[in-house]
Amino acid sequence: MVQYSQARFSASFAALSDVTRRGVLEQLGRSDTSITELARKFRMTLTGMKKHVRILEEAGLVATEKVGRVRTCRLGRHQLEQEMAWLARYRQMWAARFDALDELLEEMT
Amino acid sequence: MKNSTSVERKSDREAVVTRVVNAPVAKVFRGWTTAELFRQWWVPKSAPMKLVSCEMDVRVGGGYRLVFDYQGNQMAFFGTYKEVVPDSRLVWSNDEAGDAGQVTTAIFEDLGGKTRVVLSELFPSKAALDEAMASGSLDGYSEQFEQLEELVRQA
Repeated sequence: MVQYSQARFSASFAALSDVTRRGVLEQLGRSDTSITELARKFRMTLTGMKKHVRILEEAGLVATEKVGRVRTCRLGRHQLEQEMAWLARYRQMWAARFDALDELLEEMT
Repeated sequence: MKNSTSVERKSDREAVVTRVVNAPVAKVFRGWTTAELFRQWWVPKSAPMKLVSCEMDVRVGGGYRLVFDYQGNQMAFFGTYKEVVPDSRLVWSNDEAGDAGQVTTAIFEDLGGKTRVVLSELFPSKAALDEAMASGSLDGYSEQFEQLEELVRQA
C-alpha cells in the first residue's frame, strides 16, 4: 500500500467535500478566474468565497496570485493524481529493487 | 513471500521508502556496499535500462559512479559518500543533477535475522523534488530515457 501523506489526503478530501468548492475547481478547469468573479458566479459574498479558496489552496488544489488589486485563482500546479502516479511508480521501482536484493541475499552465503 | 515496500512523502522535499529484507543486517549492508553485489540488484530486470559499470569507494568522502545503458546510449549517476557506519547507516549525495540533487540516507535496523531498511531522499528544495518527480529520474522512468526512446523510434 502506498502510504500517502495522511494529512494531505484529509485536506484534499475536506476540500472536495463541498459542492461550491467542486464547482470552483470545475470553473478553474475552464479558465483562471478572480475571487471577485468567482463570488459573483457562485452568488456569495467575497468573504465567503475567500474562505473556500483558502481551503482549496491549503489542499494544493488551487493556486492564487495577486496582481494589483485582483487575486486570480487557477488550478494548483500540484495535481493530486500526478503526485499519486509518481508515488506509485516510485514505490514500484523500489519494490522491484528490494525483490532483486532479496533474491541475491538468498543466494549469498 | 515478498515483503511489502511502503513509500511516504514525508514533506515538501523528502520522500521515504521502507522495506523489511529477509537477511541479517551485516549481509544486507554488504549487498549495499560491495560493487559486485550491488550491481546485481540496483537495476531490477524489469527496468528499461541496464547497469554497465559500477564503481564504489565506500568510505566517507569516497565516490561512486554508476553508468547505465539504454539501447546503446549511456548515462552516468555519481556522488560522494557522506556517512558510512557499518551495518547501520549510509549517506550519499547525488551529484549528476548539480545543486538540485538529493541526499540519500539509508538506515539499516537489525530486527534479529531480518533487517528494516529506511531510505530517505531529501532534496534541497520543494522545486528540486517536483523537478525530479516530473522528470522521472527517481523512479527509473527518466525523461532522458523517454527522449532517447523517442529518438530511437524516429531513427
